[in-house]
Amino acid sequence: MAKQPFEEKKKGDSGNSKEDAIEVMATVIEPLPNAMFRVQLETKHLVLAHVSGKMRKNFIRILAGDKVAVELSPYDLTRGRIVYRYK
Amino acid sequence: MAIQLRSAAELEKMYHAGQVVHEVLNKLRAEVKPGVTTMDLERIAEGLIAGRPGKAAFKGYRGYPCVLCTSVNSEIVHGIPSPKRKLREGEVVSIDFGMEVDGYYADSAVTVPVGKISPELQKLLDVTRESLDRAIDKMRPGNRLGDVGHAVQSWVEQNGFSVVREFVGHGIGTKMHDEPNLPNYGEPGRGARLQEGMVIAVEPMVNAGRPEVQMRGEWVAETADGSPSAHFEHTVAVTSNGPWILTRPKEMTGPSW
Repeated sequence: MAKQPFEEKKKGDSGNSKEDAIEVMATVIEPLPNAMFRVQLETKHLVLAHVSGKMRKNFIRILAGDKVAVELSPYDLTRGRIVYRYK
Repeated sequence: MAIQLRSAAELEKMYHAGQVVHEVLNKLRAEVKPGVTTMDLERIAEGLIAGRPGKAAFKGYRGYPCVLCTSVNSEIVHGIPSPKRKLREGEVVSIDFGMEVDGYYADSAVTVPVGKISPELQKLLDVTRESLDRAIDKMRPGNRLGDVGHAVQSWVEQNGFSVVREFVGHGIGTKMHDEPNLPNYGEPGRGARLQEGMVIAVEPMVNAGRPEVQMRGEWVAETADGSPSAHFEHTVAVTSNGPWILTRPKEMTGPSW
C-alpha cells in the first residue's frame, strides 16, 4: 500500500506558556502597521493577530487573502498569533 | 526520525510474512479473468489467509475497509474492492496486499492483465515492472535514495510514461509505513544513504498519460486525465550481498514479477 507523504501537517512546537493556545484557520483581511494583521476566523470573528517570532525570523511574508493558522490565547480571544501560512 | 536497521533475525521474520504475501498474490493473479469482480478477489484473499498466523496489514489501517487494494485501469492505488466492479477483457488491475506476521510487515503489489490487452497497455506493464527491477538493483549499501528514485524516473520517462508524485514507497518493518519516504523520482547522489539492514517497500506507480492524481473519496487515487496506470511493488532489504526481495521465495531469480 503506497504511502501518502505529508499526511500530518507540521505544527510549530511552542514553549509551555504557549501550549494552551487554540489553533484555528483564518484568512488575512488587511495588513496593519507593526507587523500586525486583521484576520477573519472561520467562525467569521475578526481578530488582531501578529506574526510569530519563528515566522518572522524565517521571513515568511503574509499578504491579504492568505490562508493562515492562528493561535488564540484562551484569555483574550480578540488577539492571536499567526503560526503558519498555507500555500 | 531515524531509519530503523533490521537484524538478520528480524529480516527472517519479514521474509516469513513476505512469503505469505507472495503466495496470496500469486494465487490471486491466476484468478483474474473477465467476469470476476474485485470483491471476488477480496474474498479469495480472505480465504487464503484465514486460519494462518498473522493478519492482513491493510484492513483497519487508517480505517481502510478491505484486505486488498484492487485498482483497475485509471485507478492508480488504493482501489477498494467492490461486488459491482466486474473485470472486463482488456483491462488491467493492480492487486496490492500486505501481511503482518509476528509483529513484522511485508507489502507487495502486482498489476495483472485481464484476458488479452492492447500492446500499449502491455508496454505500460512491462516498463513499470522493469522500473521496479532497476530500482531494486540500486538497493545496495552506499547508494542513496535518490539513486533508487532516479532509476525509476529515468526509465519510465524515456519510455514516454510518467511517474506519480503524490504517493511514495516507504520504509517498512514493525509498522507498515515507516521512515524513510522513497519517491519514484529523484536525482542520483541525493537523499539518505542506504545501509545494511534497511528495508523499504519499493513501489513505482506509472501513468500512461500525465502524472497528475485525482482523489475519489478518501482512498482511491486515479489519474486526472483518465489514462491507465500500473503499479508493482516489493519489500526489499539492503544487505551486504545486495538487494534481498523479501516478498518472494529466495530461490526465485530473474525479473521481480
